[in-house]
Amino acid sequence: MTRRTAVKLALAGTFGIAAGAGATAGLAQWIRTPPAPYQFFSENEAGLLIPICEQIIPADDTPGATEAGVIYYIDRQLTGALSRHQQAYRLGLESFRQTCLQVYKTPFEKLPFDGQTEALRLMESGKVPQELWGDRRSQEFFNLVLDHTRQGFYGSPRHGGNRDYASYRMIGLAYPNLIGQNRYAAGRPI
Amino acid sequence: MPLPKVNAVIVGAGAGGGVVAKELSQAGLSVVLLERGEWPSYDNHNDDELWSQRTPALGNPFGPDNQRYRRVVVHPDGSTNIVLPSEGSYGNNAACVGSGTVSYGAMAWRFMPQDFRLRSTYGDVKDSTLADWPISYDDLEPFYEKAEYEFGVAGDYSNNPFSGPRKNPFPMPAFPYNKEGRRIAETATRLGLHPFPVPMLRNSVPYNGRPACIHMRSCVGFACPINAKAGSQNTVIPVALATGNCEVRTGCVVAEIVVDDHGRARSVRYFDANNQGQEQPADIIVVSASATETARLLLNSKSKLFPNGAGNNNDWVGRNLQSHHYVGATGIMDEEVYEEAGPGACIALSDFNHGNPGVVGGGLLANEFIALPYLYCNLRPPGAPRWGKAHKDFQRYNFKRTVRLHGPVQNIPNFSSRVTVDPVVKDAWGIPVCRLSGTQHPMDIPTGEFLSGKAEQIIKEMGAIQTWRYFGKVPGQSAGQHQAGTCRMGDDPKISVTNRHGQVHQIDNLFIADGSLNVNNGGFNPALTIMAVAYWVSDYIKTGWKGSRFA
Repeated sequence: MTRRTAVKLALAGTFGIAAGAGATAGLAQWIRTPPAPYQFFSENEAGLLIPICEQIIPADDTPGATEAGVIYYIDRQLTGALSRHQQAYRLGLESFRQTCLQVYKTPFEKLPFDGQTEALRLMESGKVPQELWGDRRSQEFFNLVLDHTRQGFYGSPRHGGNRDYASYRMIGLAYPNLIGQNRYAAGRPI
Repeated sequence: MPLPKVNAVIVGAGAGGGVVAKELSQAGLSVVLLERGEWPSYDNHNDDELWSQRTPALGNPFGPDNQRYRRVVVHPDGSTNIVLPSEGSYGNNAACVGSGTVSYGAMAWRFMPQDFRLRSTYGDVKDSTLADWPISYDDLEPFYEKAEYEFGVAGDYSNNPFSGPRKNPFPMPAFPYNKEGRRIAETATRLGLHPFPVPMLRNSVPYNGRPACIHMRSCVGFACPINAKAGSQNTVIPVALATGNCEVRTGCVVAEIVVDDHGRARSVRYFDANNQGQEQPADIIVVSASATETARLLLNSKSKLFPNGAGNNNDWVGRNLQSHHYVGATGIMDEEVYEEAGPGACIALSDFNHGNPGVVGGGLLANEFIALPYLYCNLRPPGAPRWGKAHKDFQRYNFKRTVRLHGPVQNIPNFSSRVTVDPVVKDAWGIPVCRLSGTQHPMDIPTGEFLSGKAEQIIKEMGAIQTWRYFGKVPGQSAGQHQAGTCRMGDDPKISVTNRHGQVHQIDNLFIADGSLNVNNGGFNPALTIMAVAYWVSDYIKTGWKGSRFA
């Protein structure tokens, strides 16, 4: 049993007792669509942002942004320390969604990997249909997402990203931080 | 209702204020040390890179916070914007007891004798306010030594022929080189240069009741979990408290110095930890709030005799804002040189601080502190991809093969680079905020180009398979951790803010003791100089103290 299934069952149990048998049909529906795990993003927004972040730091033989949980870092910080960027994400994701529909006639999520790379280069370079971005610059939004993706991938796991210190393992840094005295004597590695 | 009067009130518990608090309370004065922040604790950040003073992506663990503080930055094109403390252009210094000395890298540099007479050494520099200090290296030498012994410095200058004379050796032996440092030492020596261990305000052996360094990779930007790094919060301020004469009040934001109609500073007005207005009268007032905040406080302190701010009748308060821009080179080696032994910076060269053809001044070169993985994302040759597989490959293949050599360029002071107070924007307490404007002097660019070239030459000679330089091509804003110069000391009141003792011209009982006093800022990290000058200022106050009043 996965953790998510366990959570669903636990929730179902509670709900069942409270609502009684009459709610069974609604309950079944509710279980099929579990509550969004996000505090800020809609499912749609997260569905778009996750592959953007994965483009920025893709998986190969080591985890990429998705597996490291970068989306959870950004989502959580947007309701906390980075809340000043909420509007930038809300508008920027929508503009980027429409940019892909207009330029590629395909939603970003459905583009092949290389097509997604090209779409992001478009946003990074600012060569987007400007009417979809109003007075905002797509480069600025790209740079924001780039920075936050790095933060989520390389920052402390306690903020929601860098699951299991994925990036530290990739680089080969000991984790958690080993405090030196047990490994180093008199300032020189043993 | 004013609080009971004390002998001295000190604004700001950083490198300067901590020293003055200790010196005056030991001399028997009753002292109140006001600090806008709180006592720091390692537990505030643990080893969290996003919550460190060096890379405050999510905020500064030791303040100032993004909720209550603001600044206005004026860009070279005239546009302005409001910036938060976690943004680079804010020019932040930590808001806590100890301030920058909690989270700094702890390099313990003395300025060189030439740094105190830069004008005499190099002559006039167009469009600059270059001047000699009113005091010399020799004046300051005993106070440098006092700082080194009371805070604790580890060093060895046997291979540094460029430093000014020292009467006594360092109190602690130097730290050994790490792998990168050993490689740099071999190469630099082969090139005829003079590498030596970076002097550090960090215990290489147990010292003054604090243990020896345990070599955290997360050191600069962080508090030390065991207090092996010396700051005012774990050295001089505890000594001040132990005298029984000093009270530290945290969470206190000073709004104004009250100057009476006779030109005497009477009190400071501040907001306490509960945001209640308070007035603290004192015989002596010492401002040590950092070059930006000290200038702001003086400018916000208007009175009948000083309608443009305390000590500002000649429009010199806030001028000559300077700091350092770091220049140098990065190289990628074909073998790993990384060692899991923080803080990383361990070897320096002073060969290029002075006597460089075609430039004014220069700077030290040292290998760099460990860049943790998020910060390391910015270490890229020009034009390198910023994302995708190329980004990931760079991180994993080069993180441990990177060498860096860089240093702070001696910035040339200029009148237009300055702190004023913004006419509109206020902080959470309603106090007008700092407005930073102007640019560095154009001379800083060729100096940076020169110094980064020397760094790259050494790294190439080490056998790096790829190297690149970095130096500013356009003179930008300059505040930050090393901020200095805004209340210059000098013998001529028309072109300085204080006399040679840090005493504000025309206000005999108002003193400054921080980097604001620096006439120029050396090609060195300024912390030890701020400490030494604070001892120097304290010495003068103690000598003039007549038991109830400053004569």
